Amino acid sequence: MSMECGVFHTRYESDMGLRPRPAQRIRLALFALAVLVFPFLASPYWLDLANQVAIATVGAIGLNILVGYTGQISLGQGAFMAIGAYSAGLLRLNLGLPWGVSIVLACFITAAVGTFFGLPSLRLKGLYLAIATLAAQEIVEWVMTHWTAVTGGTEAIVLPSPGLFGVRLNSTFNFYWFAVLCAAGTALFAANLFRSRAGRAFVAVRDQDIAASVIGVDVFRTKLLAFATSSFFAGLAGALIAYYRNIVTWERFTLETSIIYLAMIIVGGLGSIRGSLLGAALITLLPALLTNLGRVLQDTAPQAATLIPYAQQAVFGIVIILFLIFEPRGLSKLWGNVKDYFHVWPFAYRRG
Amino acid sequence: MDVFLQLTASGLSTGMMYALAAAGFVVIYKASDVINFTQGDLLLLGTYLIFFAVGQTGLHWSLGVVVTVLLAVAVALAIERLVLRPLIGEPIISMIMVTIGLSSVLRGAVNAIWGPIPRSFDSFLPAGDIVIGPAVLSADRVLSIPIALAVLAALGLFFRYARDGIAMRAIADDQQAALSMGISIPRVFAVAWGLAAASAAIGGVMLGNIVGVSPNVGSIGLRVFPVVILGGLDSIAGAVVGGAIIGLLEVYTGGYIGHGLSLIVPYVVLILVLMVRPYGLFGKEIIERV
Repeated sequence: MSMECGVFHTRYESDMGLRPRPAQRIRLALFALAVLVFPFLASPYWLDLANQVAIATVGAIGLNILVGYTGQISLGQGAFMAIGAYSAGLLRLNLGLPWGVSIVLACFITAAVGTFFGLPSLRLKGLYLAIATLAAQEIVEWVMTHWTAVTGGTEAIVLPSPGLFGVRLNSTFNFYWFAVLCAAGTALFAANLFRSRAGRAFVAVRDQDIAASVIGVDVFRTKLLAFATSSFFAGLAGALIAYYRNIVTWERFTLETSIIYLAMIIVGGLGSIRGSLLGAALITLLPALLTNLGRVLQDTAPQAATLIPYAQQAVFGIVIILFLIFEPRGLSKLWGNVKDYFHVWPFAYRRG
Repeated sequence: MDVFLQLTASGLSTGMMYALAAAGFVVIYKASDVINFTQGDLLLLGTYLIFFAVGQTGLHWSLGVVVTVLLAVAVALAIERLVLRPLIGEPIISMIMVTIGLSSVLRGAVNAIWGPIPRSFDSFLPAGDIVIGPAVLSADRVLSIPIALAVLAALGLFFRYARDGIAMRAIADDQQAALSMGISIPRVFAVAWGLAAASAAIGGVMLGNIVGVSPNVGSIGLRVFPVVILGGLDSIAGAVVGGAIIGLLEVYTGGYIGHGLSLIVPYVVLILVLMVRPYGLFGKEIIERV
């Protein structure tokens, strides 16, 4: 919970409120309006990107709960998303469950698996835990591609597109509403989670685990709960990808996926829900922007355009490095600076 | 029996490649507590640099090796100065992510310069086969084992006798005390990165000779983790033994069991070691426990 300068609470309700100030509510309303109007104005290309951002936001918030709020570094996000995607797909195809049920079950299955992989956190922390989750990622990836009887190996699983109240979610426009609903639900859940006992226990464990256990937080249980909550949303993101693409392949859930999601929350801001959204948007849009740049360059400088695919990889790394060096608290902090500046304008508070 | 010998030789030579990469990792971890995800990419850089020096520029191989090592060290020093030094003292997650970002930059740069198509140059390690009893082993693979061991031994001696090596051990032991004894920490970090790059470059040179030059070489970087965890994060000897064990395990499971199990065995070992003996075979028994 960050404090904002120039805000003085006089009642507990406003202190505890999610968005206590009118300006915050207006901004949220404007954002919601933009989200509602966007699909009617945007081309299918941008709608597709928006869907990807919405799904990535779900996953990024999930990962941020574990890494940003609880301080447990995980390189296994891709594996958890894979479990969500594969369980949703297999439950739908093999057991013939309705797609909604398959998504919910997939979330719980992923939460269970996530809890299992959280068990090493009983003994390990910091970089050892990171390396353990790296191994978990590799093992899950291997099982996906080699357990042919269940997952179909390297073959893709093809899913029918889901329908809601007689509307098939087979177009980017129709799916947009479902994806945004999931993202909004996830954000609301996470925002409220950190006003509850469980959520504050996560933060306490991150900041100082010994102190947390002294004030009555069961550290191990809290960590497992964080793993479960985090992988629940990772599973949701995976299941959404499965139904959005109508196809489940292991290539979408490699170690690279884990790294991309970590990059999202680093660039967006660790321990920030707003940051998860901003980071998910930036990291998802970055390759698209570079591809567009490549198309522009194609006419003027074809030589440079051929380098774009490699430039994407390099730019991805450079963005991470620049944020870590110059703004470790990410886009969320940058946005906060802008807000603070205008909030107390013209009496800007400057440090140093 | 000849199958066994053949597998053992190829396992040991693979293992020594791992050990070279792992030794660089250990040096950096020992000096600066940084988990280095770029180790595989330094190896990749090494293979392309030797291709550039010998294949493209046409230098004699001995000169080519020197140029490769110097260029790799220069790149590593630049990385240390520009990226790692501003982050000294930041939390672990920043350190992990910054080296992951670096790995992406290095890979992108190598691909942009040399393209994604595998390249090759005339191997300068002796070709032909060595016949030991019933087994026929390729000479370059066998030769890579003593070369790697020599480099690793040099690293070990450096830690034992060289001034900077002793300074590195002092910093690993107690940074505050080392500082108060007048040891320059930035200098030691730079030396660590230089050494890591040099050992990776030599590994890259040998890989370029044995398996050729392609972007896939970088994937060895991930194999470093089972090796260093098994051997102990801060031990050069551990890197050698860990590398040998992981290399042999991979080749034996590949040869005798198959089914792609060799891909996964190192990580299963990694999990088991973390559960039973997290500081590895030779590591210091100080570990962050809960």
